[in-house]
Amino acid sequence: MLHYLGTRLLRATVSVVMVVTFVFIVLRMSGDPAVVIMGADAPPEAVDAFRTAWGLDQPIWVQYLSFFKAIFSGDLGQSMRDGRDAVAVVLERVPSTLALTVPAFLLNVGIGIPAGVYAALHRNTAIDRFVMVMAVTGFAMPSFILAMLLVLVFSVNLGWLPSAGQDSWLNAILPIVTMGFGGAALLARFTRSAMLEVLGQSYIRTASAKGLSWSAVVWRHALQNAAIPTVTIIGFMLGGLVAGAVVVESVFSWPGVGRLLVVSVSNRDLAVVQAIVLMIALTMVAANFVVDILYGLLDPKMQSQTRAARA
Amino acid sequence: MADIPSSELGAGQTLAVRAQALLAQFGKLPVLMLIAVTWLGFMLAVAILADLITPYPYTQMDLHNRLSSPVFMGGDWAHPLGTDELGRDVLSRLIASIRMSLLIAFGATIIGAVIGVTLGFVAAHFRGFIEQIVLALVDFSAAIPFLVLALAVLAFFGNSIVLFVCLLGLHAWERYARIARGLAISGNAQGYSAAVHQLGASPLRLYGRHILPNIASTLIVSMTLAFPEIILLESGLSFLGLGVQPPNTSLGNMVGFGREYLSSAPWIMLAPAFVITITALCISLVGDGLRDKLDPTLT
Repeated sequence: MLHYLGTRLLRATVSVVMVVTFVFIVLRMSGDPAVVIMGADAPPEAVDAFRTAWGLDQPIWVQYLSFFKAIFSGDLGQSMRDGRDAVAVVLERVPSTLALTVPAFLLNVGIGIPAGVYAALHRNTAIDRFVMVMAVTGFAMPSFILAMLLVLVFSVNLGWLPSAGQDSWLNAILPIVTMGFGGAALLARFTRSAMLEVLGQSYIRTASAKGLSWSAVVWRHALQNAAIPTVTIIGFMLGGLVAGAVVVESVFSWPGVGRLLVVSVSNRDLAVVQAIVLMIALTMVAANFVVDILYGLLDPKMQSQTRAARA
Repeated sequence: MADIPSSELGAGQTLAVRAQALLAQFGKLPVLMLIAVTWLGFMLAVAILADLITPYPYTQMDLHNRLSSPVFMGGDWAHPLGTDELGRDVLSRLIASIRMSLLIAFGATIIGAVIGVTLGFVAAHFRGFIEQIVLALVDFSAAIPFLVLALAVLAFFGNSIVLFVCLLGLHAWERYARIARGLAISGNAQGYSAAVHQLGASPLRLYGRHILPNIASTLIVSMTLAFPEIILLESGLSFLGLGVQPPNTSLGNMVGFGREYLSSAPWIMLAPAFVITITALCISLVGDGLRDKLDPTLT
């Protein structure tokens, strides 16, 4: 287990280094950062001053190292819009984004997993078909289309819910439902197939043959084994949730990190874009690391494998 | 096609016989698949014949007929799907958008497959340090949501159609790389590969002529699975105003501009939204069907 943890930690570290390197390379490849950030018609003295201030007159490997140092001391430059610290600009948007993503994630798990398990246990019934139709629709319908259909029905036609802004908790309902549905559909599909696979295994037949009640078989044996692939998918889903937030926040004019990213990209506010990309990447790496650990804890095979490897 | 062993489809058969076999297979498809394949054929025809069937040039404005309703909402047949805020014909724009979106998705899928397969083969051929680098790159692309990565690149490099297609091409490359590497490693261990190698074939010939055909069916299935994802990505980015730029138009782009007129002219957004959803649905249905036939081991 310790060995397993060690390799995972190493991989996570390598991912972090690669993300930082990627941002560094993209930033340098996109042209002279001084000109990019100051604008093409900035006076040459100002550009030179910027170069010295940011160490752009140093050799490239010195710049690379100081880039690392700056990132880990939380200094990512200033937002071009208002000259404030880029990290602060991003951090103040985080609570708004969490207010959408956390309930959406709970909806994903709370609807997706039970729906998938139920569909698998009642295969080929009407409810199973319904769950599958919803799951496939959830995949094929991008979140911005679902979002706009919801706005069309609940804001424009019925007038029940606001379509944009952040004035009250009512504003959060449509974005949360949009993000919740897509993820729930995906999770239901995966849980169903994971469950079906487990239910077809011989140990399930053995468990029911030895006289265990069906609910005990499902709860004690099937669910625990189906949980293993499902946890992996949940790890991947976090990425989808972040990407979903980018789109959904833009549709509903919700002042979160996702909308900030889109606005900053259109304004080419590079310091803020860089801060957001790094923050998301670090969150994702951390989340995947946690999923890997959970995976190791859930799957007894993983532990016996490492034990066998040591013996 | 899949039921006929490839040897029977060899040199002796004429094109007509093959076409007949294909038609017979087509007739045997389940109803849902039949509908999906028909819809995709229709979309493909629309994309290819776009210039011939379009009722108006897609940028032509008609300021007297702004925001006129489509036929099913009480409009007339001059503009069957209505017009937008500048009086441009929605049907014509839809046709142009279908062509643009399909073209981008085709281009990006092929770029992704070529990059992924090449890197996968390189990893399988050299093993060791180079393989570790490729695997680290695979880990890296799995770590960041692609949409965020794409947004970052667009922010730094600005936007052009070529860059946009190449960028979308990077989507899912890691999947092909993983598949190509795994299959090439197991292929290398088999007799045919050793034989070709002993005969003096170069690695290029070995991978291109012998290993690639052997793993083609798995790759084609992954391509059909990645294709709808690229359509959805393209439409998402264009919807945010960061993908295809006006005067060009794409399906996501139309939905994005239609958003402004959601309450007064929902048809601007509904038509492309319908096409995006149905097309993605049909491709993934066909992809699932292909997967079950060609390679049931793939998840």
